[in-house]
Amino acid sequence: MIEQNLSLLLVVIPLLAAPITAILPNGKAPWLVTLVVTWLCLVMAGWQLSVVIDGSVISYELGGWAPPWGIEYRIDALNALVALIVAGIAAITLPYALRSVEKEIPQHQISLFYSAFLLCFVGLLGITQTGDVFNLFVFLEISSLSSYVLIAMGKQRRALTAAYQYLIMGSIGATFLLIGIGLIFAETGTLNMQDLHQRLQPILDHRTVHTGFAFIVVGIALKLALFPLHLWLPNAYKYSPSVISVFLSATATKVAVYIMLRMVFTVFSSDFLRITPTEDIFLLLGAFGVVVASFAAIHQNDIKLILAYSSIAQVSYMVLGIGLASALGVTATLVHVFNHALMKGALFMAAGAIVYRVGSSKFEYLHGIGRQMPWTFTAIFIAGLSLIGIPGTAGFISKWYFVLAAIEQQSWWIAIVIILGSLLSVVYMWKILEVLFYRPAPDKGLHVNKAPASLLVPMWVLVLANIYFGINTELTVGVAETAVKLLGVTAP
Amino acid sequence: MNDQQLLLLAVFLPFAGAAGILLCGRWPYLRETVTLATAAAVCSIVLTVYLQFNGGVHLAVDIAEPLPGLAIRFEVEALGMLFALVASVLWLITSVYSIGYMRRHNEQNQTRFYAMFAIAIGSTLGVAFAGNLFTLFLWYEILTVATYPLVAHAGTKEARRGARTYIGILLGTSIGLLLPAILITYTVTGSLDFREGGILAGKLDPAWAGLLYALFIFGIGKAAVMPFHRWLPAAMVAPTPVSALLHAVAVVKAGVFTILKITIYIFGTDFITSSGANDWLIWFAGATILLASLIAMTQDNLKLRLAYSTISQLSYVVLGALLATNMGLLGGALHITMHAFAKITLFFAAGAILVAANKSSVSEMGGLGRAMPITFGAFLIGSLSIIGLPPFGGMWSKWYLGMGMVETGQWLLLTVLLVSSLLNIAYLLPVPVRGFFGKPKDGTTYIKIKEAPACCLLAMIITSLACLILFFYPDPFYDLALDASGGK
Repeated sequence: MIEQNLSLLLVVIPLLAAPITAILPNGKAPWLVTLVVTWLCLVMAGWQLSVVIDGSVISYELGGWAPPWGIEYRIDALNALVALIVAGIAAITLPYALRSVEKEIPQHQISLFYSAFLLCFVGLLGITQTGDVFNLFVFLEISSLSSYVLIAMGKQRRALTAAYQYLIMGSIGATFLLIGIGLIFAETGTLNMQDLHQRLQPILDHRTVHTGFAFIVVGIALKLALFPLHLWLPNAYKYSPSVISVFLSATATKVAVYIMLRMVFTVFSSDFLRITPTEDIFLLLGAFGVVVASFAAIHQNDIKLILAYSSIAQVSYMVLGIGLASALGVTATLVHVFNHALMKGALFMAAGAIVYRVGSSKFEYLHGIGRQMPWTFTAIFIAGLSLIGIPGTAGFISKWYFVLAAIEQQSWWIAIVIILGSLLSVVYMWKILEVLFYRPAPDKGLHVNKAPASLLVPMWVLVLANIYFGINTELTVGVAETAVKLLGVTAP
Repeated sequence: MNDQQLLLLAVFLPFAGAAGILLCGRWPYLRETVTLATAAAVCSIVLTVYLQFNGGVHLAVDIAEPLPGLAIRFEVEALGMLFALVASVLWLITSVYSIGYMRRHNEQNQTRFYAMFAIAIGSTLGVAFAGNLFTLFLWYEILTVATYPLVAHAGTKEARRGARTYIGILLGTSIGLLLPAILITYTVTGSLDFREGGILAGKLDPAWAGLLYALFIFGIGKAAVMPFHRWLPAAMVAPTPVSALLHAVAVVKAGVFTILKITIYIFGTDFITSSGANDWLIWFAGATILLASLIAMTQDNLKLRLAYSTISQLSYVVLGALLATNMGLLGGALHITMHAFAKITLFFAAGAILVAANKSSVSEMGGLGRAMPITFGAFLIGSLSIIGLPPFGGMWSKWYLGMGMVETGQWLLLTVLLVSSLLNIAYLLPVPVRGFFGKPKDGTTYIKIKEAPACCLLAMIITSLACLILFFYPDPFYDLALDASGGK
């Protein structure tokens, strides 16, 4: 009974909790409510995935209105996996949030902070649940607006500029998406994804459909920070509070990748990709994204900035996987969506722990800090290996599938770009490791304590998950393969 | 305990040992006891595995299956057994040596040193016992990463730069060349199993075999085939025990071991000869042998001289693999053992000279041999074994390599082998000769200088005796090498 309603509960519970949190007194109470809600959502998301893991589909009609008239929540392996990532990262971030937020957010804003966090959480979860493109747009706006607020809460004043930049770019993206949705609505008269798919097939060659698709892709590309629309991301991740860096880097761009997959393969189709130059555009931009962002990362002197640029490169891998448009390529993308959430989550948590102790993420203040914070340093080390794609870590599994997908289609230059990206990540990760560990600390360097346990435990849960999912891939690869079948990706 | 668990224990016990070492970091004596106990335990486990293997027991165990059809599998076969024996026995000896060296040399962060050392050996055993190419690659990379802190140990600017070259070349070649080679192999054959006679034959267009083989040979940067050899001299900034065990035995031999494995079990010798994959690659190995020897002659720093000598000697093994005949493989596999014992002796001696006399340049060692006769005597024995003179073990591997060349009619390569032996004489023998018969540059006599700590001497004596014994009794290693090369 509850199984059928899980999708709605996943949205409604945090949505109700958000205003409640806002009126709670500042202190531990808002945190506690958020903690309970996120863990509840994690359990439900896991439950949901266990129901659809066999390839079945749950359809929930909102208000009892049958689709395509009413809004439909439609859950298959793909949504369930992404929802699990969002809920999982939120749940693991919350224990970390308590001390980090106390330190970085002014006391009187704490309940508002958690309220905005919950709204962002609702938005991201909602996107994964809904089967209606307009509803998806609404959730995207909920998550975006709340994330502007969250980023602006960063300690430094430049957080305001970063948030403003993101606000402008994000709103343009949302407008593009809305125009695109409007155009295909004008053509088909429906907003339900499955219905859109049916009705678009006969008219795939219409100019309006093409225009709508272009608007939609550009809109989403802005949200997922695809080169050259990535400029908002580095500052947004750098200046936002540590917790938000963790949460957004691990979930927001991944959810955008999910929207891209849904739009491209479910709403339009593999056939549509073939009659348009979409694949080539994805491959080209993805390849540029990997190379340009990796080089940019090498030249930064700030941990959070390096990680932010690295995120752009990693998202570009996912776009490459979509561009390959084969079952193996999309599998690689999905596996990487999951694995990248694990590694970036862990890395940003470690960076946050350093900021917590040192007060800065700039290299000049971090010489030799790794020797004083051994656990945090080791976490960066292992998660960094995962990012590079050393075997035995989750990152290796994604790299393996990406290169395999490229070789399968004889796209040698894509394979070379992926390998090159991996080599460049060696350079920037090693730059971080060297500064943290082997640079001599300045004379009478400041003495810092180890990070508090409440920061270390969630960090290490993610670090160990990086190793676990590098050795046992039943969940990641298994679900990804089921999801790819349901998406109807056919080899060209 | 059943036999399968024994195999896992051999690989993972060093990791447990490393944890123990970290926990006992505050008490040096306890910490070193843990190191020695772990090394002794691992050594005896590997010996037990060897006895089992000789008794015909087939040991194999899968621990996980990360990718469909690609398990993390450990399996004992002759070549891996040989490598594991060499690595574990020499770890025990090196542990004894390290204690003397690290204390006398007042190295910092010794706990980290011993812990990372144990992890590196665990990874080496992982490489040795890997049951398929995927597992081998896994441990190969772990070994690269685990040895980085050992190279950067001193933390000085020079050490950081050396370590950067080290990790850059090793990770660069393995990700940039080896991983694509593995992926291509997997795409073509759908498997990465080690199989008698190879898995590529009949699946890969012979025209591409040479290219894929080149990706493997150069991708395995640990084998230090030129032009990817720079990391080895760069790694000499590490403390001497690291240079001795890791960069004369474990790490570099993991490289050539991988090449032998790929030659025998992925390509298969028949496929290599029929497709001509080795035609031009063999000259890279030949050139490396000669060039590295020539560079070694110009080095005044003893450790650097030994490093270039190692590069040259590694290519003997690569050459053995590239000959793709039974004799060549037999010589190559034997050379893993013979070179290991000889070269570790030389490094032990170099380290002893450093701690006892604080000298690292060959030109400053005149007359030092009379003050440190045991050290220089050991160096002499190691040198003679590397040159390949009887009665030392090094002769056997050169003998079979030479036979392999005669067999295939590679007369030019045979010349390379002989010239290289002459060059070995030219760059190794001056050290003991100068030590025993030379005069100190500034005319001082060494009164205060005594031999290195007893631990160091003991280790040196054992390894140089081993060089001698291996001439008269190479049977265990010979049998394993013969088995691996398919001659049995």
